[in-house]
Amino acid sequence: MNKNYFEIIRAGINSTFQDLGRSNLYHIGIPFSGAMDNRNYLLANKLTGNNHNDPVIEFAYQGPHLKYHGDKINIAITGDVSFKIKKGGNLINGECYQSFILENDDELDIISTNKSVYGYLAISGKFDLKFQWSSCSINTKAKIGSNNGEKLSVNQKINVKEINNNFVLRKLNYVNTKIENIRVIKGTNFNYFSEEGKKIFFKNEFKVSKLSDRMGMRLEGKKIENIVDTNIRSEGLIKGVIQVPADGNPIIMLSDHGTIGGYPKIGVVVSADYDKLVQLTPGSKVKFQEVDLSSAETLFKLYDLETQNLISQI
Amino acid sequence: MIKNISNLGDAALYCDFGKDVNKDINTQVIKYFKTIQKKNISGVNNITPSYNKLIISFDLKKINFNKLKKIIDNIEIIKGDSIQNKKFEIPVCCEEEFSLDIKRLEEKLKMKEEKIYERFFEKEFFCYMTGFIAGMPFLGDLDENLRVKRLDTPRVKVPKGSIGLTEQFANIYTFESPGGWNIIGNTPLNIFDSTKEKEPNLINPGDLVTFKRISKEKYQNYHE
Repeated sequence: MNKNYFEIIRAGINSTFQDLGRSNLYHIGIPFSGAMDNRNYLLANKLTGNNHNDPVIEFAYQGPHLKYHGDKINIAITGDVSFKIKKGGNLINGECYQSFILENDDELDIISTNKSVYGYLAISGKFDLKFQWSSCSINTKAKIGSNNGEKLSVNQKINVKEINNNFVLRKLNYVNTKIENIRVIKGTNFNYFSEEGKKIFFKNEFKVSKLSDRMGMRLEGKKIENIVDTNIRSEGLIKGVIQVPADGNPIIMLSDHGTIGGYPKIGVVVSADYDKLVQLTPGSKVKFQEVDLSSAETLFKLYDLETQNLISQI
Repeated sequence: MIKNISNLGDAALYCDFGKDVNKDINTQVIKYFKTIQKKNISGVNNITPSYNKLIISFDLKKINFNKLKKIIDNIEIIKGDSIQNKKFEIPVCCEEEFSLDIKRLEEKLKMKEEKIYERFFEKEFFCYMTGFIAGMPFLGDLDENLRVKRLDTPRVKVPKGSIGLTEQFANIYTFESPGGWNIIGNTPLNIFDSTKEKEPNLINPGDLVTFKRISKEKYQNYHE
């Protein structure tokens, strides 16, 4: 019997266990998955004194409401998240990027992410999870990962396998910023589109559609006209690829994307902008900005350096 | 042979084997795939073969486009016939409840149902690639008289086990998924098993596949 566990009072909209994901499986049709916003995932683990690749709970929009049973444990939440901690009769407003101690019968109510999509909950210890291909990451579509590949549901228990006896309270000053210009490298089918279409892609604004999830982000805007063929021979995809199907609206591949696709690729989002891209809520307006390969590589170095710098401040 | 290598974004190599799609070119793609996989190049995190392309994605913290391109440009492909072609016979039931698009095909192809099935079942297929969803095999080539486009509006849910046709290819939906292929039957055989981590896919690139028609009774009592 597990004596330390969380009881799920409310599961939230899409709460899943995530880690760094799984690699070298595209060729059999299995995508990376893993935490959508890598930086906030890493920060959550550091704030609770975990290994950088330990599993956390990722939630979207509305998070879970949990009641804790067991020995005291540290937790931290990252992202732009409103949450409350209930200790006996006291209701405490939670702060992101700061660790909190939970004791037996305390409740954690993750109310919502603000002007963003994903948030992360880490505990100072290990959840009791099943790994598939060395990752706990849940891919609800392929039913792969811990929790039988399903998102968390109400009344279920989340067992804690071990607790680090490390109750140092950690804090970081960090504010998430919202991205407006998404930097992209031209895609392999850039020339499938008319001069007018290319202009629209780099000059016009696009709106993030409601039909966005861990697989992909759909955008709406002025139609991008294709003058060659609206289909290509099906070929591999990667995270960040922007496909434009016949309707002329771009779709960006995200962490749980299909591994093969047959729509022309107009561009690819640079690696440096991925974490901020996934946080765009439906209705957000964005523009695409062209960069070349060497600039993209420099941008990534800077982004990674900034992340490492934040981690080292904790 | 690779005709051209370009970058797909900042963290992937896009290797183009030319315009044509046939068994010989695809065999080349698979040979490259297997060679690169065996080399275990540090930083490479996925290699995706398709009909006539190979995409190699990597961790930008460990390697970059120019460095990896140099390695791939100078790679020596494993010689000889190192690809093993396993053979599979896939049972398919074509009762009305499973052959969701057979009427559409009769119309589009101007061919009777029996004739469509006759031509489908007499063919041996080659697995070009797997993917889109976990374990889905892309099989070719379909009889020239059976080639149609995708549905105008894709289905939100295609049942698990469905056999679909589009252009020169057939596929098998390894689990329920959205999809736009023309569905002509259903197999009771499990094509993808996530509990077998080493070999979750029944059918892999290079394998040979034939389909065998079974009755509804056989379908219902099917045990692997």
